[in-house]
Amino acid sequence: MNNSLRTQLAFAAIAVLLVIIGFAQSWNVALGIFNLCLISAVMALGVNMQWGYAGLLNVGVMGFAALGGMSAVLVSQAPIVEAWDASWGRLLGAAVCFALTIAAAIFCYRKLFPGRQRALALTLVIILGLALTRIFLDPAISSIESIEPAKTGFLGGMGLPIIFSWIFGGFVAAGIAWCIGKVALGLRADYLAIATLGISEIIIAVLKNEDWLTRGVKNVTGLARPVPYEIDLQASNWFIHLMRWWHSGSLTRLNEVEQQQALKQFVIDGSSIFVKLCYTGLFASVLIFILLLSVKALNSPWGRMMRAIRDNEIAAGAMGKDVTRRHLEIFVIGSAVIGIGGAMLTTLDGQFTPTSYQPLRYTFLIWVMVIVGGSGNNMGSVLGGFLIWLVWIEAEPVGVWLMQVGTGWLDENNAVRIHLIANAQHMRLFFMGLVLLLVLRFSPGGILPEVVRKQH
Amino acid sequence: MEAGTDLASAVVLLLNFVVVPGLAYGSQLALGALGITLVFGILRFANFAHGDTMAFGTMITILVTWWLQSQGVNLGPLPTALLALPAGILLTIALLVITDKTVYRYYRHHKAVPVTFMIASMGVMFMTNGIVRFVIGPNDQRFLDGERFIIRARDFKTMTGLSEGLSIKLSQGLTIVIAIVLVALLFWFLQKTRMGKAMRAYSDNEDLALLSGVDPDKVVLVTWIITAILATIAGTLYGLDKSFKPFTYLQLLLPMFAAAIVGGIGNPIGAIVGGYVIAFSEVVVTYAYKKVFVYLLPVSMEPDGLLQLLSTDYKFAVSFVILVLVLLVRPTGIMRGKLL
Repeated sequence: MNNSLRTQLAFAAIAVLLVIIGFAQSWNVALGIFNLCLISAVMALGVNMQWGYAGLLNVGVMGFAALGGMSAVLVSQAPIVEAWDASWGRLLGAAVCFALTIAAAIFCYRKLFPGRQRALALTLVIILGLALTRIFLDPAISSIESIEPAKTGFLGGMGLPIIFSWIFGGFVAAGIAWCIGKVALGLRADYLAIATLGISEIIIAVLKNEDWLTRGVKNVTGLARPVPYEIDLQASNWFIHLMRWWHSGSLTRLNEVEQQQALKQFVIDGSSIFVKLCYTGLFASVLIFILLLSVKALNSPWGRMMRAIRDNEIAAGAMGKDVTRRHLEIFVIGSAVIGIGGAMLTTLDGQFTPTSYQPLRYTFLIWVMVIVGGSGNNMGSVLGGFLIWLVWIEAEPVGVWLMQVGTGWLDENNAVRIHLIANAQHMRLFFMGLVLLLVLRFSPGGILPEVVRKQH
Repeated sequence: MEAGTDLASAVVLLLNFVVVPGLAYGSQLALGALGITLVFGILRFANFAHGDTMAFGTMITILVTWWLQSQGVNLGPLPTALLALPAGILLTIALLVITDKTVYRYYRHHKAVPVTFMIASMGVMFMTNGIVRFVIGPNDQRFLDGERFIIRARDFKTMTGLSEGLSIKLSQGLTIVIAIVLVALLFWFLQKTRMGKAMRAYSDNEDLALLSGVDPDKVVLVTWIITAILATIAGTLYGLDKSFKPFTYLQLLLPMFAAAIVGGIGNPIGAIVGGYVIAFSEVVVTYAYKKVFVYLLPVSMEPDGLLQLLSTDYKFAVSFVILVLVLLVRPTGIMRGKLL
């Protein structure tokens, strides 16, 4: 089968599945799933850049997604003026100390000869510097956290529209990725995987515990939305008119009183679909923008170089390509895309809950998307993001239904039956693993394999 | 109080909160890291499914323990789980052998690159995790019974007359004893038996071992069996000492990897050293030393803060920082394992 035909068929299948969900469950559910499909596709694109283009095994996707979520808080929340007033001096001191420590450490590293003396000097500088930083930081933190701890207790954000956080989240993730890449990218694939796994756990630990930054496990709820609220829509005249026009066919058949009733229901249902559609528009534009750039990049000489490095590092190095630098480059770009996805996700949720970041859902599921969709192929990653998210969500009701049917011959109160039905949702992890292994074994390129261009 | 008893109290305090928990946790990590390092040495990939293998073995042990308890069987002062361990080990061996036959063997015969094995192990991780959550649920399970303590803090205080007590949980004592016995057995097996020598030869130089008539399928089979034994016992001991929760076992993956790499991956002695290094650094860095210094320093110099270097929530960070430092300074690990 020709590749573009295959792509079209695969996406048509996804569309059919969504339409079936729309009719069978509701359009509200279908749109909700589709929005998350779009976000998953963005994250999968980020992982695909690192793994598919360059062969870098990043098992820290969760950490970068969480950094994106954090920036949604930092951008959209209003600044807490009292907290800044109480602590800005000390915070400045801590920042200066920290910067000086880093500078001194770099200076020691560059100017001293390698050996025991340098190691000793470096350790001393870092320990002293961090201790000095903590002298400023500790009182600053306690003064920030003591201000209305039940309501705020953190520094707040910049008070900008939340949509800017998608850009900001990308930059934050990119910055952290640069620091990580500088240290970890010299390592071979196995070590890099373990190193990134560790970093993602550390990022989550920081977000959970540094209350002054993100309120930690107290969560930040009620983030401002980039789209209208349902309640405002229901009260606005233009929306009611829109709904009257949209449903005019069915409305004319009713009498006056029934019309009022029906219109009210239409407005309530319509408002939540309208909000979801707004999100869909925003997310889809981001996805299409990133996708276009990725397709361009992968087909450019730069993309060719990346693939050459992936397929044979030594040969590419011998041709004069700076392998480590290119790796750092793609690691930073891919992480930025994951960060954008993370910020979009937190925007959609409207809240930031550090405890909800779990590696199976935020790291390994994204990996399943990339492998199943087709690593090295941008459309494949998008397809994988759509398909795996659909399966992930729908496996729960389907699993419960299967268990109910399968154990139908047992008594209603049978302990085994109750246990099976209650735990059926966990079977989706099993199916995800199965899908990953089947694809890896029987179709290692994924559903839409990488297009290998031949030189003529 | 006299200076002598103050010093003794400080030492007991450190023993109670640093040394004993560190030894127990280190033994659990070492057993887990041994499994990872064996799989790496023989099959040459980092096994992401190892944490969930531990969870699976522990789950079977817990289920059998509950059944034994319901039958009124127990081991007196010892936890019933010890009686259930063989069942857990057997089923875990079955699980690992089946995954090898259905998943890894294909890639081995096709000489796939290590990264493919790693991604396959992610799939196995998902499936095992799904089974564990499906059967026993995602929540905390307790299955400890029998005597709780070897020494209670109060008894220790009355015995010695010190103001600080030392308590050693039975599970901690068991962990250390079982770990020593297991490690001794493992080294005897690797050094003295024909199979063990074949495994070491295979790990050292695959082609040469094959030429000398080593049966690769047998070596791999034995590796999985040993891994299953180690993983089940490590998981059960951890569950007895703390508690069983599938998610915690997934999180153990990082310190275990760190232990294996820090010690020198592929090197069994290194895995043990690494386990204790990681465990002790986690405990030492996250312990609040205020009370120790209260005993050691005169009243006028009493510290204000908790004197805690890092909050306990950052223990992952500790294992990770050590990992990075070792990778930068000495990439082969402390005991000179294989350079990846």
